[in-house]
Amino acid sequence: MSSVIIVILVTLGTLFVLLSAIGLVRMPDTYMRISVNTKAATLGVGLILVGTAVFFNDLSATSRSLVIILFVFLTAPVSAHLIGRASYFMGVKLWKGSVIDDLRGKYQRNSHVLKSEIDDTPGNNIDHTKNDDIIK
Amino acid sequence: MTLTDYLYYIILPILAFSVLLIVYRFIKGPSIADKIIALDVLITTGIGIIGVYSIIHGRSTFLDTAMILALIAFLSTVAFSYYLEKRNRKK
Repeated sequence: MSSVIIVILVTLGTLFVLLSAIGLVRMPDTYMRISVNTKAATLGVGLILVGTAVFFNDLSATSRSLVIILFVFLTAPVSAHLIGRASYFMGVKLWKGSVIDDLRGKYQRNSHVLKSEIDDTPGNNIDHTKNDDIIK
Repeated sequence: MTLTDYLYYIILPILAFSVLLIVYRFIKGPSIADKIIALDVLITTGIGIIGVYSIIHGRSTFLDTAMILALIAFLSTVAFSYYLEKRNRKK
């Protein structure tokens, strides 16, 4: 009975990891890649680790795998936010089919301050439709 | 087919194939942010592979390695994005 539960959990987790890898290759944009990976890969690894927790079925191993799940679930959104912010400052363009860019003209280029609306110093704001200083 | 055979002959090849796809994006990636994301997902997939191996061999001490890998993945992503953001910031 317990091995059936383990097989179901590990298979679901593996499918999520595979889908996240396919999404990493197929998505057209850096921000979409961040989005697909911080959700799917985290969920897949969490399901695999729940499978190990069911398999070992004693306190030390179960608590260890639950601590790993907690840590991965806490740190994945933080690192995704940080790398998305850094790539927006670096000038990584959005996909050309993207409909809206909510941050357009709201980040200051030099001081990295976020304004809540487009102010009257447009030369100092980050605008991906205009600027040419793409840093690789 | 036992649980060990299922994990060894079906689950691990799928995980290895996804590692290959991630390494393709890590080598190709147009900007450096894509490479950092690919590195992060590579380490996350490595945690999953370590979990499957600990089920196959029945040893829970492998999970300590997975915990250290999770710590290193978070630390490296934060450090990389910090310095990338700091690189083009002027006073």
